[in-house]
Amino acid sequence: MPRPIPVPDAISKPFWDACNERRLIIQVCTMCDRRQFPPEAECRECGWQFHLDWMETSGRGTIVGFSITYDSRIMAWQEEQPFNNAVVALEEDPEINFFSNLPGIPVGEVPVGATVEVDFISVSDDQLIPEWKVVE
Amino acid sequence: MARAIHWERNEDPVGIWEHRGKVVLAGAGHSKNTDRRWDGVSMDRTLGAYVIEAARAAMDDAGISPEDVDGIVTSAGGQPAHMSLGSQWGPLRPFFDAPYDSEDGLTYVTAEWIQKQMNLPNVQYTNSHGETVWNLIGLAAQVVGDSRCEVCLVPYPNGNIEGRYHQNPSLEARGGAQWSNPWGWGLSGQGFVFDQYARKYGTNHERMAPFVVQEHANGLLWPYSYYAQHEPGPFTTEDYLNGRWIARDLSIFDCDRPVQAGACYIVTTAERAKDMKQQPVYILDHTESAFTPRSLVQTLDDTESWTDIQAKRSYAGSGLRPEDIDVFAPYDGFAVFTQYFLEAFGWRGVKRGEAHDFYADDITLKGPNPINSGGGNMGTGRMRTVFITDPMEQLQGRAGDRQVDIKAEVAVTIGVLPSNAAALAFSTSPD
Ligand SMILES: [Zn+2]
Repeated sequence: MPRPIPVPDAISKPFWDACNERRLIIQVCTMCDRRQFPPEAECRECGWQFHLDWMETSGRGTIVGFSITYDSRIMAWQEEQPFNNAVVALEEDPEINFFSNLPGIPVGEVPVGATVEVDFISVSDDQLIPEWKVVE
Repeated sequence: MARAIHWERNEDPVGIWEHRGKVVLAGAGHSKNTDRRWDGVSMDRTLGAYVIEAARAAMDDAGISPEDVDGIVTSAGGQPAHMSLGSQWGPLRPFFDAPYDSEDGLTYVTAEWIQKQMNLPNVQYTNSHGETVWNLIGLAAQVVGDSRCEVCLVPYPNGNIEGRYHQNPSLEARGGAQWSNPWGWGLSGQGFVFDQYARKYGTNHERMAPFVVQEHANGLLWPYSYYAQHEPGPFTTEDYLNGRWIARDLSIFDCDRPVQAGACYIVTTAERAKDMKQQPVYILDHTESAFTPRSLVQTLDDTESWTDIQAKRSYAGSGLRPEDIDVFAPYDGFAVFTQYFLEAFGWRGVKRGEAHDFYADDITLKGPNPINSGGGNMGTGRMRTVFITDPMEQLQGRAGDRQVDIKAEVAVTIGVLPSNAAALAFSTSPD
């Protein structure tokens, strides 16, 4: 299925480049010791850009809830309906979230609370995006 | 510009509003018809035409003439930044002869357009940046309190044109969409928060039914409701439970139906209202709030903490306590919003996680807890204006068949989103 492909911008390019190396990175403000995702131009806590750096994540998280989309406004997704939309909280900072369609998990059978691990899937010839799989 | 005048009351402690009880709602008007959408042909049913119709009705209601109006405050499109609630007409479709030679008048309606088309000779103050209807009334109340104008026309347009709403054909996910569209995330945000709520409090989507069914019943008693005009049959629990899913647990009947209609209010000073036709509804307070989630998505924790902040701010600004509120109108578009607002405000003692128990009790119009007596968006269509008009009419005792049996002296209405809200407090008395 063709799906919307992320178009990196100046702020997000390091994240998407890292995905292509199968690394999940997020921003961190070295002054506030605050993690930030999605990436922004400045730290939302202190307002400064100079202390923003990138850090590797554990690539592990927990499923904290989900929805099932039956009628998406995103036309490319409409032929996939219904599909899982899970939210993953990052292990080292549960306030940092990622989305997942949980490939392989039947629609509606989302194991909320389960531990997941990042995986990367291809959405075009030159872009991988993070996906998540349940750790047995 | 709305923001340029620092009108919002969004920094704690807000304190009691300096114009408490000195500014009033003095009139309300609606376009006679509420249509599903503009057909692109009928020039007497454009959004601009409907706003003019509503403005004339509001002026008649207040008993004022065009010469009396010295201010126009609107949101132009019902959303921030002139944006329409629906889509844009252009640029793929040709515009028409003046005054419909641009988007203005078709999918949004600015104060300047209204002033010109209605030929209002004494307008000194215009502002088209009122955003959604709660913020809009808050802005109008503030500018009248601040003496920027004295008799303010406050139109609120609700537009919808042909085509499916907000369909996105793009295969490129740019800007904010790069974080959501590759995973097909959208209205799933509402489903997700509801899923967290249901898990935390041990409830489920079926328990929403009494609320949505009651809203439909209330809405059928409002003459400007889309349903009263076009689908006057009863809406049953079975109907609700058979609603097709949009994003679980959000069904089609938790989503408000886009419509084409216009509404308008007259906001003026308590002093000036003495010469007007209706019993004034005193504005005790307006407060606002806006929040951004820490990460990708708004969670239930965010939703609860944001609405708590807004509720506390509203009580601090008006000086009211939960038990003072007779008529309560928390926004419902999406229907799941209402429970978050209701529990934050603690109306009728409802605490976190108790909204569905409250819905299961007596929430009928003639009972003790007539929440959203106007029917909300679920019962009227995506107009939002019933959240102003109904509390106003309840307090004036002219809600007709919708008139509640309980005392109706103080009302609070709140919307639009848990992440971006304004609350208004109204009273039959300035004190
Ligand atoms: Zn910082």
